[in-house]
Amino acid sequence: MMKLSSLKKFRVAVSVLFFLLFAALFLDYSNFISPKYTNYITYLQFIPSLLKFLNLFSLTAAGFIFILLLTVLFGRVYCSSVCPLGILQDIISLVSRKLHKKKYYSLTKEYTLLKYLFLVLAVISILSGSLIIINLLDPYSNFGRIFTQLFKPLVLAINNVLVYALAKFNIYWLYPQEIKAANILLTLFPLLFLSLVFWLAYKHGRLFCNTVCPVGTLLGLLSRISLFKVEIEKDNCISCKLCERVCKSGCIDKENKSVDVSRCVSCFNCFQVCPTEGIKYKLNFKPQKKNKKAAIFDIEKREFISSVAVFFIGILGSAYAQKKIVGKKASKFPVFKKNPVSPPGSLSIKNFKDSCTACHLCISSCPSRVLQPSFLEYGFTGMLQPAMDYRTGFCNFECLICSQVCPSGAILPIGLEKKKTLQIGKAKFLKENCIVFTEKTDCGACAEHCPTKAVTMVPYGDVKSPEVKDEFCIGCGACEYACPTVPYKAIYVEGNAVHLTAKKKEEKQMKEKINYQEDFPF
Amino acid sequence: MDRREFIKRSALAALAAAPAASLGSISNLFAEPVLSKNSYDLVAVKGGEPDSMFDKAIESLGGMKNYVKKGQTVVVKPNIGWDTSPERAANTNPKLVARIIQHCFNAGAKEVYVFDHTCDNWTKCYSNSGIEKAVKDAGGKIVSGASEGYYQKVDIKHGINLTDAKVHELILSSDVFINVPVLKSHGGGRITVGMKNLMGIVWDRGYWHRNDLHQCIADFASFKRPELTIVDAYNVMMRNGPRGVSVNDLSPMKSLLISQDIVAVDAAAAKIFGLEPDDVPYIRIADKMKIGTKDLTRLNINRIKM
Repeated sequence: MMKLSSLKKFRVAVSVLFFLLFAALFLDYSNFISPKYTNYITYLQFIPSLLKFLNLFSLTAAGFIFILLLTVLFGRVYCSSVCPLGILQDIISLVSRKLHKKKYYSLTKEYTLLKYLFLVLAVISILSGSLIIINLLDPYSNFGRIFTQLFKPLVLAINNVLVYALAKFNIYWLYPQEIKAANILLTLFPLLFLSLVFWLAYKHGRLFCNTVCPVGTLLGLLSRISLFKVEIEKDNCISCKLCERVCKSGCIDKENKSVDVSRCVSCFNCFQVCPTEGIKYKLNFKPQKKNKKAAIFDIEKREFISSVAVFFIGILGSAYAQKKIVGKKASKFPVFKKNPVSPPGSLSIKNFKDSCTACHLCISSCPSRVLQPSFLEYGFTGMLQPAMDYRTGFCNFECLICSQVCPSGAILPIGLEKKKTLQIGKAKFLKENCIVFTEKTDCGACAEHCPTKAVTMVPYGDVKSPEVKDEFCIGCGACEYACPTVPYKAIYVEGNAVHLTAKKKEEKQMKEKINYQEDFPF
Repeated sequence: MDRREFIKRSALAALAAAPAASLGSISNLFAEPVLSKNSYDLVAVKGGEPDSMFDKAIESLGGMKNYVKKGQTVVVKPNIGWDTSPERAANTNPKLVARIIQHCFNAGAKEVYVFDHTCDNWTKCYSNSGIEKAVKDAGGKIVSGASEGYYQKVDIKHGINLTDAKVHELILSSDVFINVPVLKSHGGGRITVGMKNLMGIVWDRGYWHRNDLHQCIADFASFKRPELTIVDAYNVMMRNGPRGVSVNDLSPMKSLLISQDIVAVDAAAAKIFGLEPDDVPYIRIADKMKIGTKDLTRLNINRIKM
C-alpha cells in the first residue's frame, strides 16, 4: 500500500496535470487542442457537469456524480486536485510561503453563516433558473474568466511582440493575434475576483474554498460522511504542531487534536510532515459531527467580510459605470436590439441562460472572436454569459467549436449541416443608415460576406442596394460586421429568442456545356 | 502609360532579363528566345487546366524570367478571401498559384511570399482554400495578412477619393508583385477581378465602401501596378459572388488571362463574364484616369485555344 507521505506527491502530480491542461485549454489561441478532447478535460468540473446533467439527464454529463462518489470515499479531493481555481490558489500560497519563509498556517475560524449563505444562494440560483449567483461563485468558471479575460490577452501580447521581432528577419511562421474585447469594463469582474482570491490565498491558504465557494461547502458537508477521513491518532501524536502549520485549510485543531473534515481539502500536506504517523487517513464509517467552537485565530472577521463585500460592491459599481457609447452622427439612426444573439446550439436564449456558467471556454476557443461576455444584453441575471457580438467578429459558417467545447450543455453539439441552416437571429436592414441610400454609391459589403445569400444586391437606380430575405438568414452577423457605416450599422442581427431553421437557397446549375473552340468575346 | 510606353517598358524589361537568362540557371522548360514574341499586351487562353493554361500564357510572354530576375523577392497575391473549398472557386485556384510560384523559382526568385487580407477567418481561409498547402509544396512562404501591424501607410498621389491607404509590407518590400485574382460576380463591384483583388492588400476596406467603392478601387489601382495580373477564370462564379452559395453558381469557363495592364485584363474578364467593360464602373473610371486601357481593340492580344 502507498505510504501516506507519498500521497501528497501523487496529489501534487494530479493537480499539476489538471492545472496545465486547464491553462493550456484557456490560453490556447490557435485551436491547437482539438475541441474533440476538450470535453474530456472539463468532464469533472462540478457545476458545469451538474447543469449539463440537469439539462440532458445523460451519462455524458455524469462528471459531478463521480466527484460526489469520490468525496464520499476520500473527502474533498476535487478541491485539491481537480478544481483549477483551487490549484491556482495553492500556487499563490506557495509563492507566498517562498517569499515569507516563516509563514505558517494555524487553525482558522469557520465562517459558518457566510458559507451556508453562499451555498443557499447558489442552490436558490439553480432552482430559480437564474444562474447569476452560481456563475459569480463557481470556481471553475471564475478560473476560466480569469484566464480568458486577463491572462490570455497577456499571452497574445507576448506572441505579438515575438511576431514583430521575427518579421524583422522575414520570419513569418508565428502570426500576430488580435486582442479583441467588446467591452474592456467586463474584465473588471475577473480582475476583482482574482484580487480577492489572490489576497485570501496569499494570506490565508484555502479560506476562499471554505467560505465563499459553494462547491467547497457542498462537498464539505458530504465529506463529513466520507469513508476515509484525515484524523489525528491521539496515541501517536507528540503535539509537535507541524501538521497544523502546513494545513492550508486551517482545519487542524492542535489543542483538541481534531481535524474539521468538512474543511479539509485532502491535500495530504499533513501526512508528509508528521514525524510519528500521528495523523492518518482512517477508514471511519461514523460521520463527523460539527466540531466544537474553536477560538478565533489569525484573521479578523471584519477584514474578511469587508473584502468580500468590496468584491460584490465592485461588481455592482461597474454595472452602473457602464454607459452606451455615443459616436459621431455619421450614420444617424441608433440600432436597438430587442434580443441578444445566443450561440448556435443553445436552442433558445432561455435555455442558454439557464445552463451557462459563464466559464468563457467558448469565448476562449472561438476562432472568430465573435463570442464575447455580455453585460446587460441578457438582463442583469445573465451578466457575463457569452453573446454573439458582431462588432468584434462574425460566426464562421464552417465552424462548430463553441458547441463542441461547452462543458455545461448550454451550447449543445450540432452537426455542420444543421448549423448551416440554424437560424440564431435575423438580419434587419436599416435603409436610413445605408451608404447606398445616403451617398448613392455602390457598397455591397453586407451581401459580399453573406454565406447564405439571404442578403443580395438588387438594382436601385444606377447602383445596387441590399435586400434581405429573412427565410435564408441564419443570423451569423457577417453582414453586420462588414457593414462600413459608423457609428451605427445599416444592417444588424436581431436575436431569435428561440432558434429556428432557415431555408436553404437551392438554385439550378449554371451553364454546363461550353464550347472551348468558340472564339473569345474580344 | 500609353501603349507605346508600355511596349517600350516591356522591351526594356526583356533586355534586362537577357543577361540573367544567359546565366543558364534557368530551367529549359521555357527556353524560347527572350525577345521573340514578347510583344503581346494581353494573353488569353482557354480550354486547358489552370496550370497548363498558365504555362502556355507565360511562355507566349517570353517566360517568367521577363518579370522575375535572379535573386529577387516576389509577392503573389491570390484571392483567399473565403473559407470555402477549391471546388467552390471563391478563391483563386491553388493549382494555378502553385504553378506561378514554380515559374518564379525557375526564373531565379530568392523568395516567393503569398498572402491575402481575408474576409472570413484567415487561418481557415488559408487551409480550406487549399492555397496554404499549394504554396508550401511549391516552396513559397505563406504569410498572414490579418494584422494591422503588417500594414504601412502610403500616399496615393493620383487618388481622388482615396488619397492614402495602409498597404501590406510585403507589397512594399518585394521586388515583384504578381496579382492573381479569380473572376467572380460581385454584389457591389458587379464583378471582381484584378483591381478589386487589390482590396486584399490594404487594411481598411470599410473606408472604400463608405467613399464610393468604384472610385476607390480605381484610385488604388493607380498606386502600384502589379508586374503581372493573372486572372483565374477556370470556374467562374456567375452569381451569388463573391462568396457563392454552392458549386451550382459556377460556370466552367476554363479560361485564363494575363497582362501587365490591370485595366485591360479586367475589361477582358468582363467580356468573358458576359458584361461590357463599361458595365463595371471602376473599369470605366480607371480607363478615364489613364491607369490602363479598357479598349481591347487597341491591344495586341494573343488568343490561345487548347
